[in-house]
Amino acid sequence: MLWFKKDMANKDKETKGVLNRLKERLSKTREGFASRVDRVVFGKKKIDDDLLEDIEEILITSDLGVQVTYRLIENVKEKVKRKELNDPNLLKECIQREILDILKAEEKPLEISNSCPFVIMVVGVNGVGKTTTIAKMANRFKEEGKSVLLAAADTFRAAAIEQLEIWSERAGCKVIKHQNGADPSAVVFDSIKAAQARDIDVLIIDTAGRLHTKVNLMEELKKIQRIIGRELSGAPHEVLLVLDATTGQNAISQAKLFKEATNITGIALTKLDGTAKGGIIVSISGELKIPLRYVGIGEGMDDLKVFNAKEFVDALF
Amino acid sequence: MFESLTEKLNAVFKKLRGHGKLTEENIRDVLREIRLVLLEADVNFRVVKDFIEAIRVKALGQEVLTSFTPAQQVIKIVNEELTYLLGGENSQLNLSGKPPVSIMFVGLQGSGKTTTVGKVARFLKEKKRDTYLVPADVYRPAAIDQLQKLGQDLEIDVYNPGPGEDPLTICTNALRSASINGHDVVLIDTAGRLHIDEELMQELQRIKERVLPKEILLVADAMTGQDAVNVAGKFNEVLGIDGVILTKMDGDARGGAALSIKAVTNKPIKFVGTGERLDALEVFYPDRMASRILGMGDVLSLIEKAQATFDDKKAMEIEKKIRKNAFTLGDFKEQIQQIKRMGSLDQILGMIPGVNKIKGIKGLQPDEGELVKIEAIINSMTKKERLNHTILNGSRRKRIAKGSGTSVQDVNKLIKNYVQALNMIKKLNTSGMKGFKREMLPF
Repeated sequence: MLWFKKDMANKDKETKGVLNRLKERLSKTREGFASRVDRVVFGKKKIDDDLLEDIEEILITSDLGVQVTYRLIENVKEKVKRKELNDPNLLKECIQREILDILKAEEKPLEISNSCPFVIMVVGVNGVGKTTTIAKMANRFKEEGKSVLLAAADTFRAAAIEQLEIWSERAGCKVIKHQNGADPSAVVFDSIKAAQARDIDVLIIDTAGRLHTKVNLMEELKKIQRIIGRELSGAPHEVLLVLDATTGQNAISQAKLFKEATNITGIALTKLDGTAKGGIIVSISGELKIPLRYVGIGEGMDDLKVFNAKEFVDALF
Repeated sequence: MFESLTEKLNAVFKKLRGHGKLTEENIRDVLREIRLVLLEADVNFRVVKDFIEAIRVKALGQEVLTSFTPAQQVIKIVNEELTYLLGGENSQLNLSGKPPVSIMFVGLQGSGKTTTVGKVARFLKEKKRDTYLVPADVYRPAAIDQLQKLGQDLEIDVYNPGPGEDPLTICTNALRSASINGHDVVLIDTAGRLHIDEELMQELQRIKERVLPKEILLVADAMTGQDAVNVAGKFNEVLGIDGVILTKMDGDARGGAALSIKAVTNKPIKFVGTGERLDALEVFYPDRMASRILGMGDVLSLIEKAQATFDDKKAMEIEKKIRKNAFTLGDFKEQIQQIKRMGSLDQILGMIPGVNKIKGIKGLQPDEGELVKIEAIINSMTKKERLNHTILNGSRRKRIAKGSGTSVQDVNKLIKNYVQALNMIKKLNTSGMKGFKREMLPF
């Protein structure tokens, strides 16, 4: 158990720092769930329909989705009926705890095993922040003393390769690239060979952004994944789906279809430094059970944090 | 989704058979269902609240028309109100004034600004405008490269910023260079930024004051959730935007953000982006967006697209042949070529109501490679074979497969599909077009 405690202590330290930072950012620009609830609860003697409607608004405007919101509200009503809950002041804690339970189940940080190279394939729709997330991950792994190689498999969008190259320079690692318009599978093939030859610890593959409804492009993604598996058995070790916290209910469709195509093993939620609350992740966790790995909270190299359910609920809701 | 909304409403209305008017009481359940649909489409909570109130007032006391079921009538009211709210004046780009006229593109990171600038540039080029592109995004790595590449593809000039030029200097110099070189329209691609980033929002204000753009367009992602009101509201407050371009409309998002943005800014949505290719930019139609938010699909766009690309004379010919049951494999090929001209197949299928929702439809989504195959197979047939498929015996099929580089199975599949189509046509001709049309109508 000792190793476990030590691990927890480390995590605690990290959590505190991030929590403060997140809170600091958030307090300036927006009201979190907690303070909003406090405000609607203030002065209320009992839990009535008006109060519940206010709570409903807060949950829905956090992009939690209608289904999850209705379920949470129903649970509260049930508890009130059974006289287990009647103090409005306990309402916040009650709802927070339920959301936390859902998210806690998927709080599973990415662990880099010793398979050399550990291959991470990064996927997602256009503009969610895949390349930026990759750069931040590369930076994180470098700081942990690992060697990192990037593969520029987005050969479609203009200047995507250049974008990854500039980031790689900042993170201090190399990029395997082909010409614009080249076959992404070929880039992936070369990158695995290079990673093996150079004895690289972590290989991160940047794929082109694609809408989850484009069947042909999803097939291309499957092909890329097949090539990786063929060249290195057991790889990719992680298929990371990047989701934009600004996205509404469509994020569920994204997660579903990407999961169907590539069996994603983790999620990174980006752009939490805006006013969007990313509540859709609660629906996704509850429904699809995909491990939550990282959150993106800014444009700086170190603005990628390991997902922590408690911190997420506290700071954002 | 539309089916389910109609079904839900029908179920609600079943209880009120015999009522001649929509009353407060019986409309409550109906409004609850509509509220649910709007929230699921990501329309902002507050906007939904106001909208439902407006519908309540409109629907109350209305006579139930005999030609509609009550459900259809409410949907009609909802659809009309939604269309009205989404619409507005000035949906054209305002390019009047002394050239060079400039347009500024602003928005969050990843909303698709640079791609949209490329699309608008292409749109203007088709209108014979001499366009100049200005990359004012010095923050995102390779953003300038990206715009320059798009310019190269479109053969449109792009301003080339010197090292260390800040966005304001870039815009000033670019504008000067545009007037020297006689460009009419200047498109300014600004960096993506958070609406709450004071410093960068001020930068936009300074650019606005310097270049005095004729239009400031907010580029927003159609998949945006509840936060759309905050983002659009802030950009509008700081800059006073003139219009909106909604991107990534080719996905399966219902696009409730459109209504949220319109409600909070009251600025027209001018274009929608419908794909990654530079020609995937369409004029915004409020009625179509309303149908989409309600989950009714985009039948009108499909019809219009078909009208624009189908050759009328050829269509008439084919129709005649269909009526005479003389639809040959050669006509089949003709049809495929026409469909291909309409654009990518998933785009077309996406416009049909309910298609995105049906499970297993993905298997049906024809691969475009498949069409190439079909064409090749038909091309490998003799004239006689094309006119009469019944003569296609084993050895002919083998020859065709060899000639087209496909397998006999492929040839068999094609013939099977063709025969199926032929049978459908025969059925159609006996039961008449009338019955067919009713089946196609959504309600």
